[in-house]
Amino acid sequence: MTGIEAVTPRATEWTTGTIITKEQPTPDQVRLRLHVEDRQRHDPGQHYVVRLRAPDDYTAQRSYSVASDGEDPLLELLVERLPDGEVSGHLADVAEVGDVLEVRGPIGRWFRWDARTPAVCLVGGTGVVPAVAMLRTARRLGRTDLLRVAAVGRSPEHLPYAAELARAGALVAYTRHDAGDRPAGPPRPDELAPLAEGAEVAFICGSPRFVALATPLLIGAGVDPTTIRVEQFGATG
Amino acid sequence: MPVTRGFFRKRDEGPAGRLPPGQYDTGSSWPVLTAEAAPDLAPADWRISVDGLVEAPSTWTWDEAHALPGSTYTGDIHCVTTWSKFDMTFRGVSVDDLLTAARPRPEARFVLAHSSTGYTTNLPLDDVTGGKAWVVWEVDGKPLSREHGGPARLLVPHLYFWKSAKWVSRLELLAEDQQGFWERNGYHDRGDPWREQRYQGDA
Repeated sequence: MTGIEAVTPRATEWTTGTIITKEQPTPDQVRLRLHVEDRQRHDPGQHYVVRLRAPDDYTAQRSYSVASDGEDPLLELLVERLPDGEVSGHLADVAEVGDVLEVRGPIGRWFRWDARTPAVCLVGGTGVVPAVAMLRTARRLGRTDLLRVAAVGRSPEHLPYAAELARAGALVAYTRHDAGDRPAGPPRPDELAPLAEGAEVAFICGSPRFVALATPLLIGAGVDPTTIRVEQFGATG
Repeated sequence: MPVTRGFFRKRDEGPAGRLPPGQYDTGSSWPVLTAEAAPDLAPADWRISVDGLVEAPSTWTWDEAHALPGSTYTGDIHCVTTWSKFDMTFRGVSVDDLLTAARPRPEARFVLAHSSTGYTTNLPLDDVTGGKAWVVWEVDGKPLSREHGGPARLLVPHLYFWKSAKWVSRLELLAEDQQGFWERNGYHDRGDPWREQRYQGDA
Protein backbone atom coordinates (compact mmCIF):
# COMPACT_ATOMS: atom_id res chain seq x y z
CA MET A 1 0.00 0.00 0.00
CA THR A 2 1.19 3.47 -0.76
CA GLY A 3 -1.07 5.48 1.49
CA ILE A 4 -2.53 7.19 -1.55
CA GLU A 5 -5.71 5.15 -1.19
CA ALA A 6 -6.30 6.68 2.23
CA VAL A 7 -7.82 9.76 0.59
CA THR A 8 -11.06 10.64 2.31
CA PRO A 9 -13.73 11.13 -0.34
CA ARG A 10 -15.39 13.92 1.59
CA ALA A 11 -16.87 16.80 -0.31
CA THR A 12 -14.50 19.63 -1.00
CA GLU A 13 -15.33 23.06 0.35
CA TRP A 14 -14.19 26.45 -0.81
CA THR A 15 -11.14 27.62 1.07
CA THR A 16 -8.40 30.13 0.46
CA GLY A 17 -4.97 29.88 -1.07
CA THR A 18 -2.22 32.43 -0.54
CA ILE A 19 0.29 32.92 -3.35
CA ILE A 20 3.71 32.07 -1.92
CA THR A 21 5.69 32.09 -5.15
CA LYS A 22 4.89 33.27 -8.65
CA GLU A 23 7.11 32.56 -11.65
CA GLN A 24 6.57 33.17 -15.33
CA PRO A 25 8.70 30.59 -17.14
CA THR A 26 7.47 32.09 -20.42
CA PRO A 27 5.33 35.16 -21.19
CA ASP A 28 2.31 32.91 -21.59
CA GLN A 29 2.76 30.69 -18.56
CA VAL A 30 2.55 31.41 -14.87
CA ARG A 31 3.50 28.96 -12.16
CA LEU A 32 1.87 29.60 -8.81
CA ARG A 33 2.69 27.89 -5.54
CA LEU A 34 -0.05 28.35 -2.97
CA HIS A 35 -0.45 27.77 0.71
CA VAL A 36 -3.97 26.34 0.99
CA GLU A 37 -5.90 26.58 4.25
CA ASP A 38 -7.17 23.21 5.49
CA ARG A 39 -5.78 21.47 2.43
CA GLN A 40 -6.89 17.95 1.58
CA ARG A 41 -4.49 15.39 0.20
CA HIS A 42 -4.72 15.04 -3.57
CA ASP A 43 -3.80 12.27 -5.96
CA PRO A 44 -1.69 13.03 -9.02
CA GLY A 45 -4.00 13.93 -11.91
CA GLN A 46 -6.58 15.78 -9.84
CA HIS A 47 -7.35 19.46 -10.26
CA TYR A 48 -8.32 22.54 -8.28
CA VAL A 49 -10.76 25.31 -9.04
CA VAL A 50 -9.59 28.90 -8.63
CA ARG A 51 -12.30 31.53 -8.16
CA LEU A 52 -11.76 35.26 -8.45
CA ARG A 53 -14.19 37.68 -6.82
CA ALA A 54 -14.75 41.31 -7.85
CA PRO A 55 -15.88 44.03 -5.42
CA ASP A 56 -19.43 43.77 -6.87
CA ASP A 57 -19.40 40.01 -6.02
CA TYR A 58 -19.02 39.01 -9.66
CA THR A 59 -17.01 35.80 -9.76
CA ALA A 60 -15.10 33.85 -12.39
CA GLN A 61 -13.69 30.38 -11.82
CA ARG A 62 -11.52 27.98 -13.78
CA SER A 63 -10.05 24.55 -13.16
CA TYR A 64 -6.31 23.92 -13.16
CA SER A 65 -4.48 20.61 -12.84
CA VAL A 66 -2.15 20.26 -9.89
CA ALA A 67 1.55 19.87 -10.67
CA SER A 68 2.74 19.18 -7.14
CA ASP A 69 3.02 15.86 -5.38
CA GLY A 70 0.50 15.30 -2.57
CA GLU A 71 3.22 15.59 0.07
CA ASP A 72 4.50 18.93 -1.16
CA PRO A 73 3.61 21.50 1.52
CA LEU A 74 2.47 23.88 -1.22
CA LEU A 75 0.00 23.41 -4.07
CA GLU A 76 1.53 24.10 -7.47
CA LEU A 77 -0.60 25.18 -10.43
CA LEU A 78 0.50 26.01 -13.96
CA VAL A 79 -1.69 28.50 -15.74
CA GLU A 80 -1.55 29.20 -19.45
CA ARG A 81 -2.34 32.80 -20.25
CA LEU A 82 -5.04 32.81 -22.89
CA PRO A 83 -5.95 35.74 -25.16
CA ASP A 84 -8.64 37.74 -23.32
CA GLY A 85 -8.45 35.16 -20.52
CA GLU A 86 -10.45 36.54 -17.66
CA VAL A 87 -8.90 34.33 -14.98
CA SER A 88 -5.60 33.41 -16.62
CA GLY A 89 -4.98 37.04 -17.55
CA HIS A 90 -5.51 38.12 -13.96
CA LEU A 91 -3.24 35.40 -12.60
CA ALA A 92 -0.53 36.23 -15.13
CA ASP A 93 -0.63 40.02 -15.06
CA VAL A 94 -2.20 41.21 -11.82
CA ALA A 95 -1.79 38.57 -9.11
CA GLU A 96 1.18 38.97 -6.78
CA VAL A 97 2.85 37.04 -4.01
CA GLY A 98 0.73 37.46 -0.89
CA ASP A 99 -2.59 37.70 -2.73
CA VAL A 100 -5.36 35.46 -1.44
CA LEU A 101 -7.51 33.49 -3.91
CA GLU A 102 -10.56 31.34 -3.37
CA VAL A 103 -9.72 27.73 -4.18
CA ARG A 104 -11.50 24.41 -4.08
CA GLY A 105 -10.20 20.90 -4.45
CA PRO A 106 -9.00 18.35 -5.04
CA ILE A 107 -11.59 17.55 -7.69
CA GLY A 108 -11.79 14.62 -10.08
CA ARG A 109 -11.72 10.99 -9.09
CA TRP A 110 -11.36 9.64 -12.62
CA PHE A 111 -8.25 11.22 -14.12
CA ARG A 112 -5.89 10.26 -11.30
CA TRP A 113 -3.12 7.76 -10.88
CA ASP A 114 -3.10 5.39 -7.90
CA ALA A 115 0.73 5.12 -7.96
CA ARG A 116 0.46 1.34 -8.09
CA THR A 117 -0.79 0.58 -11.60
CA PRO A 118 1.62 0.55 -14.57
CA ALA A 119 0.66 3.62 -16.56
CA VAL A 120 1.49 5.53 -19.70
CA CYS A 121 0.83 9.25 -20.21
CA LEU A 122 0.63 11.02 -23.56
CA VAL A 123 0.32 14.70 -22.79
CA GLY A 124 0.59 17.88 -24.80
CA GLY A 125 1.28 21.56 -24.10
CA THR A 126 -0.04 22.62 -20.70
CA GLY A 127 -1.64 19.16 -20.55
CA VAL A 128 1.71 17.97 -19.19
CA VAL A 129 0.80 19.24 -15.72
CA PRO A 130 -0.93 16.11 -14.37
CA ALA A 131 1.93 14.00 -15.72
CA VAL A 132 4.35 16.19 -13.77
CA ALA A 133 2.40 15.45 -10.58
CA MET A 134 2.44 11.75 -11.44
CA LEU A 135 6.20 11.75 -12.06
CA ARG A 136 6.91 13.63 -8.84
CA THR A 137 4.75 11.18 -6.90
CA ALA A 138 6.42 8.18 -8.56
CA ARG A 139 9.84 9.62 -7.70
CA ARG A 140 8.91 10.14 -4.04
CA LEU A 141 7.66 6.57 -3.81
CA GLY A 142 10.63 5.13 -5.69
CA ARG A 143 8.28 3.71 -8.31
CA THR A 144 9.34 5.52 -11.46
CA ASP A 145 9.37 2.09 -13.13
CA LEU A 146 5.54 2.21 -13.14
CA LEU A 147 5.13 5.39 -15.15
CA ARG A 148 6.11 6.22 -18.73
CA VAL A 149 5.49 9.70 -20.06
CA ALA A 150 5.53 11.12 -23.58
CA ALA A 151 5.19 14.91 -23.65
CA VAL A 152 4.51 16.83 -26.85
CA GLY A 153 4.92 20.52 -27.55
CA ARG A 154 5.43 22.75 -30.54
CA SER A 155 8.80 23.89 -29.18
CA PRO A 156 10.53 24.11 -25.79
CA GLU A 157 8.83 27.46 -25.15
CA HIS A 158 5.44 25.80 -25.50
CA LEU A 159 6.13 22.85 -23.23
CA PRO A 160 6.01 23.65 -19.51
CA TYR A 161 8.32 21.58 -17.32
CA ALA A 162 10.20 20.35 -20.40
CA ALA A 163 13.56 20.14 -18.59
CA GLU A 164 12.07 18.37 -15.57
CA LEU A 165 10.25 15.90 -17.81
CA ALA A 166 13.41 15.13 -19.77
CA ARG A 167 15.42 14.65 -16.57
CA ALA A 168 12.75 12.23 -15.35
CA GLY A 169 13.22 10.13 -18.48
CA ALA A 170 10.12 11.23 -20.39
CA LEU A 171 10.06 11.15 -24.16
CA VAL A 172 9.93 14.82 -25.11
CA ALA A 173 8.76 15.37 -28.67
CA TYR A 174 8.70 18.80 -30.31
CA THR A 175 6.55 19.01 -33.39
CA ARG A 176 8.31 22.08 -34.84
CA HIS A 177 11.75 21.98 -33.26
CA ASP A 178 14.67 19.61 -33.78
CA ALA A 179 16.03 18.50 -30.43
CA GLY A 180 19.39 16.76 -30.39
CA ASP A 181 19.13 13.82 -32.75
CA ARG A 182 15.33 13.86 -32.69
CA PRO A 183 13.88 15.62 -35.71
CA ALA A 184 10.74 17.72 -35.27
CA GLY A 185 7.54 15.73 -35.40
CA PRO A 186 4.86 14.05 -33.33
CA PRO A 187 5.73 10.92 -31.36
CA ARG A 188 6.28 7.99 -33.70
CA PRO A 189 4.82 4.52 -33.18
CA ASP A 190 8.33 3.10 -32.64
CA GLU A 191 8.86 5.64 -29.85
CA LEU A 192 5.49 5.08 -28.19
CA ALA A 193 5.23 1.30 -28.36
CA PRO A 194 7.91 0.63 -25.70
CA LEU A 195 6.28 3.20 -23.39
CA ALA A 196 2.87 1.60 -23.78
CA GLU A 197 4.08 -1.94 -23.20
CA GLY A 198 2.61 -3.36 -20.02
CA ALA A 199 0.59 -0.24 -19.20
CA GLU A 200 -2.73 -1.05 -17.56
CA VAL A 201 -4.01 2.50 -17.64
CA ALA A 202 -3.34 5.30 -20.13
CA PHE A 203 -3.73 9.02 -19.54
CA ILE A 204 -4.16 11.57 -22.31
CA CYS A 205 -4.24 15.26 -21.43
CA GLY A 206 -4.25 18.29 -23.68
CA SER A 207 -6.41 20.37 -25.97
CA PRO A 208 -9.27 18.69 -27.85
CA ARG A 209 -7.10 18.83 -30.97
CA PHE A 210 -4.24 17.12 -29.16
CA VAL A 211 -6.59 14.48 -27.73
CA ALA A 212 -7.94 13.74 -31.19
CA LEU A 213 -4.38 13.10 -32.41
CA ALA A 214 -3.14 11.32 -29.29
CA THR A 215 -5.93 8.77 -28.93
CA PRO A 216 -5.22 6.86 -32.18
CA LEU A 217 -1.47 7.17 -31.54
CA LEU A 218 -1.80 5.33 -28.23
CA ILE A 219 -4.20 2.76 -29.64
CA GLY A 220 -1.74 2.23 -32.49
CA ALA A 221 1.00 1.69 -29.91
CA GLY A 222 -0.99 -1.21 -28.47
CA VAL A 223 -3.00 0.47 -25.72
CA ASP A 224 -6.43 -1.03 -25.00
CA PRO A 225 -8.92 1.82 -25.75
CA THR A 226 -10.99 0.93 -22.68
CA THR A 227 -8.04 1.78 -20.42
CA ILE A 228 -7.69 5.32 -21.78
CA ARG A 229 -8.61 8.19 -19.49
CA VAL A 230 -8.87 11.59 -21.12
CA GLU A 231 -8.64 15.07 -19.70
CA GLN A 232 -9.15 17.79 -22.26
CA PHE A 233 -9.56 21.47 -21.78
CA GLY A 234 -10.97 24.17 -23.96
CA ALA A 235 -9.71 27.70 -24.29
CA THR A 236 -11.96 28.89 -21.49
CA GLY A 237 -9.63 31.64 -20.29
CA MET B 1 -15.01 35.01 0.95
CA PRO B 2 -12.33 37.57 0.13
CA VAL B 3 -12.49 40.00 -2.75
CA THR B 4 -9.58 39.27 -5.09
CA ARG B 5 -7.21 42.24 -5.11
CA GLY B 6 -7.27 43.92 -8.49
CA PHE B 7 -9.98 41.76 -10.06
CA PHE B 8 -12.95 43.33 -11.83
CA ARG B 9 -15.67 42.03 -14.12
CA LYS B 10 -14.35 41.83 -17.67
CA ARG B 11 -17.02 39.92 -19.55
CA ASP B 12 -20.58 41.05 -20.01
CA GLU B 13 -23.27 38.68 -18.88
CA GLY B 14 -25.02 38.14 -22.20
CA PRO B 15 -28.80 38.27 -22.36
CA ALA B 16 -30.25 39.51 -19.06
CA GLY B 17 -31.15 36.81 -16.57
CA ARG B 18 -29.90 33.93 -18.69
CA LEU B 19 -26.39 33.36 -17.33
CA PRO B 20 -26.31 31.17 -14.20
CA PRO B 21 -23.84 32.10 -11.44
CA GLY B 22 -20.19 31.38 -12.18
CA GLN B 23 -20.85 30.88 -15.92
CA TYR B 24 -19.68 32.88 -18.92
CA ASP B 25 -20.99 33.15 -22.48
CA THR B 26 -18.80 31.04 -24.78
CA GLY B 27 -20.18 32.84 -27.83
CA SER B 28 -19.98 30.99 -31.11
CA SER B 29 -17.63 28.25 -29.91
CA TRP B 30 -18.86 24.94 -28.55
CA PRO B 31 -16.15 23.37 -26.41
CA VAL B 32 -15.77 19.58 -26.43
CA LEU B 33 -15.18 17.84 -23.13
CA THR B 34 -15.03 14.09 -22.93
CA ALA B 35 -13.55 11.58 -20.52
CA GLU B 36 -13.24 8.76 -23.02
CA ALA B 37 -12.21 8.09 -26.56
CA ALA B 38 -15.13 9.15 -28.81
CA PRO B 39 -16.79 6.09 -30.40
CA ASP B 40 -17.43 5.82 -34.10
CA LEU B 41 -21.05 4.73 -34.13
CA ALA B 42 -23.02 4.40 -37.36
CA PRO B 43 -26.68 5.41 -37.21
CA ALA B 44 -27.58 1.94 -38.52
CA ASP B 45 -26.02 0.41 -35.40
CA TRP B 46 -27.49 2.91 -32.93
CA ARG B 47 -30.37 1.92 -30.62
CA ILE B 48 -32.18 3.65 -27.80
CA SER B 49 -33.80 1.46 -25.13
CA VAL B 50 -36.00 2.25 -22.15
CA ASP B 51 -36.01 -0.51 -19.55
CA GLY B 52 -35.74 -1.22 -15.83
CA LEU B 53 -38.92 -0.45 -13.87
CA VAL B 54 -41.24 -0.20 -16.86
CA GLU B 55 -44.23 -2.26 -18.00
CA ALA B 56 -43.06 -2.48 -21.61
CA PRO B 57 -39.28 -2.43 -22.13
CA SER B 58 -38.81 -0.83 -25.53
CA THR B 59 -36.05 -0.34 -28.08
CA TRP B 60 -36.04 1.93 -31.12
CA THR B 61 -33.69 1.78 -34.08
CA TRP B 62 -32.48 4.92 -35.84
CA ASP B 63 -35.32 4.75 -38.35
CA GLU B 64 -37.93 3.90 -35.72
CA ALA B 65 -36.84 6.82 -33.52
CA HIS B 66 -37.02 9.15 -36.51
CA ALA B 67 -40.55 7.91 -37.24
CA LEU B 68 -41.73 9.15 -33.82
CA PRO B 69 -43.23 12.63 -33.58
CA GLY B 70 -40.29 15.01 -33.66
CA SER B 71 -39.62 17.57 -30.97
CA THR B 72 -37.39 20.65 -30.85
CA TYR B 73 -35.62 22.46 -28.04
CA THR B 74 -34.47 26.02 -28.57
CA GLY B 75 -32.62 27.64 -25.72
CA ASP B 76 -29.46 27.66 -23.68
CA ILE B 77 -27.04 25.03 -22.36
CA HIS B 78 -24.68 25.23 -19.40
CA CYS B 79 -21.49 23.21 -18.83
CA VAL B 80 -20.08 22.69 -15.35
CA THR B 81 -16.70 23.84 -16.67
CA THR B 82 -18.30 27.33 -16.62
CA TRP B 83 -19.27 28.01 -20.21
CA SER B 84 -22.85 28.57 -21.29
CA LYS B 85 -24.09 28.72 -24.86
CA PHE B 86 -27.20 30.65 -25.81
CA ASP B 87 -29.92 30.08 -28.38
CA MET B 88 -29.14 26.59 -29.61
CA THR B 89 -31.68 24.49 -31.46
CA PHE B 90 -31.72 20.73 -31.04
CA ARG B 91 -34.05 18.33 -32.81
CA GLY B 92 -34.97 14.77 -31.87
CA VAL B 93 -37.68 13.14 -29.80
CA SER B 94 -39.04 14.03 -26.40
CA VAL B 95 -38.13 11.59 -23.63
CA ASP B 96 -41.82 11.86 -22.66
CA ASP B 97 -42.74 10.01 -25.86
CA LEU B 98 -40.27 7.21 -25.15
CA LEU B 99 -41.56 6.86 -21.59
CA THR B 100 -45.19 6.85 -22.71
CA ALA B 101 -44.42 3.79 -24.83
CA ALA B 102 -42.42 2.02 -22.10
CA ARG B 103 -44.93 2.84 -19.29
CA PRO B 104 -42.87 3.42 -16.12
CA ARG B 105 -44.04 1.58 -13.04
CA PRO B 106 -45.23 3.71 -10.10
CA GLU B 107 -42.11 2.92 -8.06
CA ALA B 108 -39.77 4.27 -10.75
CA ARG B 109 -38.36 7.57 -9.49
CA PHE B 110 -34.90 7.81 -11.05
CA VAL B 111 -33.25 7.30 -14.41
CA LEU B 112 -29.74 6.07 -15.11
CA ALA B 113 -28.78 7.10 -18.64
CA HIS B 114 -26.26 4.77 -20.32
CA SER B 115 -24.06 5.49 -23.32
CA SER B 116 -22.66 2.99 -25.76
CA THR B 117 -19.23 3.80 -24.29
CA GLY B 118 -20.24 2.68 -20.80
CA TYR B 119 -20.68 6.27 -19.60
CA THR B 120 -23.59 6.73 -17.20
CA THR B 121 -25.34 9.64 -15.50
CA ASN B 122 -28.19 9.69 -13.02
CA LEU B 123 -31.31 11.88 -13.07
CA PRO B 124 -34.50 12.12 -11.05
CA LEU B 125 -37.38 10.96 -13.27
CA ASP B 126 -39.00 14.37 -12.69
CA ASP B 127 -36.04 15.99 -14.49
CA VAL B 128 -36.63 14.09 -17.74
CA THR B 129 -40.44 14.30 -17.89
CA GLY B 130 -42.84 17.15 -18.62
CA GLY B 131 -41.05 18.45 -21.72
CA LYS B 132 -37.65 18.85 -20.04
CA ALA B 133 -35.56 16.20 -21.83
CA TRP B 134 -34.93 14.91 -25.33
CA VAL B 135 -32.93 12.38 -27.30
CA VAL B 136 -31.48 14.53 -30.09
CA TRP B 137 -29.60 13.93 -33.35
CA GLU B 138 -29.59 17.37 -34.91
CA VAL B 139 -28.18 20.69 -33.72
CA ASP B 140 -28.74 24.03 -35.45
CA GLY B 141 -29.99 22.22 -38.52
CA LYS B 142 -27.07 19.82 -38.88
CA PRO B 143 -26.48 16.23 -37.80
CA LEU B 144 -24.92 16.02 -34.34
CA SER B 145 -21.21 15.45 -34.81
CA ARG B 146 -19.42 12.50 -33.25
CA GLU B 147 -17.47 14.61 -30.75
CA HIS B 148 -20.70 16.21 -29.53
CA GLY B 149 -22.32 12.81 -29.00
CA GLY B 150 -23.50 11.91 -32.49
CA PRO B 151 -25.31 10.11 -33.84
CA ALA B 152 -27.58 10.87 -30.85
CA ARG B 153 -27.30 12.17 -27.31
CA LEU B 154 -29.51 12.90 -24.37
CA LEU B 155 -30.43 16.57 -23.87
CA VAL B 156 -31.44 17.83 -20.43
CA PRO B 157 -30.75 21.54 -20.87
CA HIS B 158 -31.94 22.74 -17.46
CA LEU B 159 -29.14 20.76 -15.78
CA TYR B 160 -25.35 20.96 -16.27
CA PHE B 161 -24.44 19.40 -19.56
CA TRP B 162 -22.68 16.29 -18.26
CA LYS B 163 -26.23 15.04 -17.58
CA SER B 164 -26.88 15.22 -21.34
CA ALA B 165 -25.14 11.90 -22.00
CA LYS B 166 -23.37 11.68 -25.34
CA TRP B 167 -23.90 8.55 -27.47
CA VAL B 168 -26.93 7.68 -25.33
CA SER B 169 -28.14 4.12 -25.80
CA ARG B 170 -30.34 3.30 -22.82
CA LEU B 171 -32.54 4.89 -20.17
CA GLU B 172 -32.84 2.59 -17.16
CA LEU B 173 -35.63 3.38 -14.71
CA LEU B 174 -34.86 2.76 -11.04
CA ALA B 175 -36.57 3.08 -7.67
CA GLU B 176 -33.41 4.33 -5.93
CA ASP B 177 -30.90 6.87 -7.14
CA GLN B 178 -27.72 5.25 -8.45
CA GLN B 179 -24.75 7.49 -9.19
CA GLY B 180 -23.32 7.65 -12.68
CA PHE B 181 -19.79 8.17 -13.95
CA TRP B 182 -19.08 11.78 -13.01
CA GLU B 183 -21.23 11.62 -9.90
CA ARG B 184 -19.09 8.78 -8.52
CA ASN B 185 -16.09 10.86 -9.49
CA GLY B 186 -17.02 13.91 -7.47
CA TYR B 187 -19.75 15.74 -9.34
CA HIS B 188 -23.20 16.60 -7.97
CA ASP B 189 -26.09 14.14 -8.10
CA ARG B 190 -28.51 16.66 -9.65
CA GLY B 191 -26.49 19.49 -11.19
CA ASP B 192 -28.82 22.52 -11.29
CA PRO B 193 -26.79 25.41 -12.81
CA TRP B 194 -28.96 28.05 -11.15
CA ARG B 195 -28.11 26.62 -7.73
CA GLU B 196 -24.48 26.01 -8.75
CA GLN B 197 -24.68 22.32 -7.92
CA ARG B 198 -21.28 21.47 -9.39
CA TYR B 199 -19.65 19.06 -6.97
CA GLN B 200 -20.68 16.57 -4.32
CA GLY B 201 -21.35 18.59 -1.19
CA ASP B 202 -22.91 21.60 -2.94
CA ALA B 203 -26.37 22.37 -1.54
